[in-house]
Amino acid sequence: MLHIVKKDIPKTREKIVVRLAAVLAALALASILVLVAGANPFELYFGIIQGCFGSVYRFAATIEKMVPLLVLSLGVMVAFKMRFWNIGAEGQFLMGAVGTTLVVRLLPDLPLPIMLTLMIVVSFFFGAVWLIVPAFLKARFGTNETLFTLMLNYIALTLVTALQYDFWKDPAASGMPKIANLPQNALLPSASGFNLSILMAVIIVLVMYYFMNRSKIGFEIAVLGESENTARYIGINVTKTIMIAALISGGLCGVVGMMQVTSVSGALSTQITGGLGFTAIIVAWLSGLKVPFVVVNSFAFAVLLQGASYIQTAFQIPGSVAEMIQAIILFFILGSEFVIQYRFVSDKTKREVA
Amino acid sequence: MEFVFFLTAAVKAGTCLLYATLGEIISEKVGHLNLGVEGMMQMGAVVGFIAGFTFGNPYIAVLCAALAGACGALIYGFLTISLKANQVVTGLTLSIFGVGFAAFFGKNFVGKKVPEAITTFFAPIKLPVLGDIPYIGQIFFNQSVYVYFSYFLVIAIYIYLYKTKWGLNTRMVGENPVAADASGIPVDQYKYFNIALCGALCGLGGAFLSLVYISIYPVNVVSGRGWIAVALVIFAMWNPGKALLGAYFFGALDIASFWLQQYTLPVSIYFFTALPYLATVFVLIFTSMRKTSNKKEPAWLGKNYFKEDR
Repeated sequence: MLHIVKKDIPKTREKIVVRLAAVLAALALASILVLVAGANPFELYFGIIQGCFGSVYRFAATIEKMVPLLVLSLGVMVAFKMRFWNIGAEGQFLMGAVGTTLVVRLLPDLPLPIMLTLMIVVSFFFGAVWLIVPAFLKARFGTNETLFTLMLNYIALTLVTALQYDFWKDPAASGMPKIANLPQNALLPSASGFNLSILMAVIIVLVMYYFMNRSKIGFEIAVLGESENTARYIGINVTKTIMIAALISGGLCGVVGMMQVTSVSGALSTQITGGLGFTAIIVAWLSGLKVPFVVVNSFAFAVLLQGASYIQTAFQIPGSVAEMIQAIILFFILGSEFVIQYRFVSDKTKREVA
Repeated sequence: MEFVFFLTAAVKAGTCLLYATLGEIISEKVGHLNLGVEGMMQMGAVVGFIAGFTFGNPYIAVLCAALAGACGALIYGFLTISLKANQVVTGLTLSIFGVGFAAFFGKNFVGKKVPEAITTFFAPIKLPVLGDIPYIGQIFFNQSVYVYFSYFLVIAIYIYLYKTKWGLNTRMVGENPVAADASGIPVDQYKYFNIALCGALCGLGGAFLSLVYISIYPVNVVSGRGWIAVALVIFAMWNPGKALLGAYFFGALDIASFWLQQYTLPVSIYFFTALPYLATVFVLIFTSMRKTSNKKEPAWLGKNYFKEDR
């Protein structure tokens, strides 16, 4: 009889080969869908590449899509490392954007550098609060954080809806339910399609790499994720570590709200997240919670997102096809993890090993 | 009288939530947190509508919807049970997939009407005797057969989970698969069966929206109700009976924001939109503060079971 056993240490080369094979298999299956939609799959995949790298403008659009996803994934990663399932990135993103808009509404005349600094601090704080509450209750009572953070997404979304349709509705928008665009002194400076949020993301990546791999608290988070008992045994303050990780995780997701409102969207709305908070969870997980892979995978997803919006206009193919292709690729990669983590052995060899 | 109409509408609005919630309860009872409810509902809604539109037969429509939901659930099941993929990530992916699936296949049906044969079949029918009870008769027993079937399901699922051997085994798998496995319960088979059942029920919930609740197929028929169903499972504390009450409560809140617009209120109507999630959060906190374990989530919820780790 066949048995499944865990492999000792999966090889890096094998990991890459298996994942690439999974992506190719997914694309083969997705091709059938594309044919149903009435297009040539090869033309379409080439179109995706063209839509991402075809011109400086399109490449800038790809990076623009990558930046929020990257920072969100890093935020989610910190919590996941601790086995704390923060699936509330959407909500923290929105709250960060609310905080940013609040700064502009209260202090509209600040000079740009002070304005941006204050926005970063406030959005970090708003995002962090949205995660610290469930983190505290998790540490104190063992409240299920997966479900709690999921609920907080929708509470944040309703809050933004109320702001957009009621409290902060722009009276100058002639009845349109929208919040006023930010003034010039509250927008991130940009040059030829690349804005300052890219620089912010680079700094965040470097800091997070150091934090996760070199700092004491990063180490403590990793130990806590492996085993709470071990963490207690070696004298880690569990509650404190959970709170710090939540602060950073939620805070980073909050800052994404600031980056998005002050660059791409220019105003707070219910649409600003575009589901990125959920995609970030997938990116963080597929990256094995490692910073360099998060960077690579965020870029890969950004290519898919940008490619999808390009083929929608260029090939008249509905965006839903791209959504499905994305999901099919994910299904295959999720399934391929099994091949990387486990192997089959027959009864006979198992006994020999034992 | 106006209030009776409101409650009648609340029961109708809550029915799609009830189907999906019952499904997710079963899935969570077996230890699998499936965040793909939204996706499975979308798949059920679109497949149910297309089948209904094409064949004009309510039975075929409903059956196809259930199958579509079950197929979605089986993708999730295969990945999480056999391939040990992470449940949260797989569930979220299933939701992305289902939303894309519905948007893609439903695109050509937007604006189409539900066929006459199906509308008549699912029109409210007043039950004899029960329907004549003042107020209650009008609210609960002057509804579509689709609603009556959900009453039946609540009882059937309660009996299944708490009064049969299979239900006992199902709950044991969710609480402690190691012990279940050791006592000879085929853990994986139980998981597959219950997860597929969850998908079928979510599919039925979605099809209720596309076949009964609305008469013209819109762009996004489910529009986030799947996430409310996930909340409702906690609100109902994993209990089918409480799921019924909770579904109607959430259904009432769903239509309250429209209904209350005619009155001047001291709070924003958006408060009512947030109320299901706020209420769920409070239930979540209070159940975790209490020490009693029978009102909590299944102990193994969200964790995969790998036999060789034992």
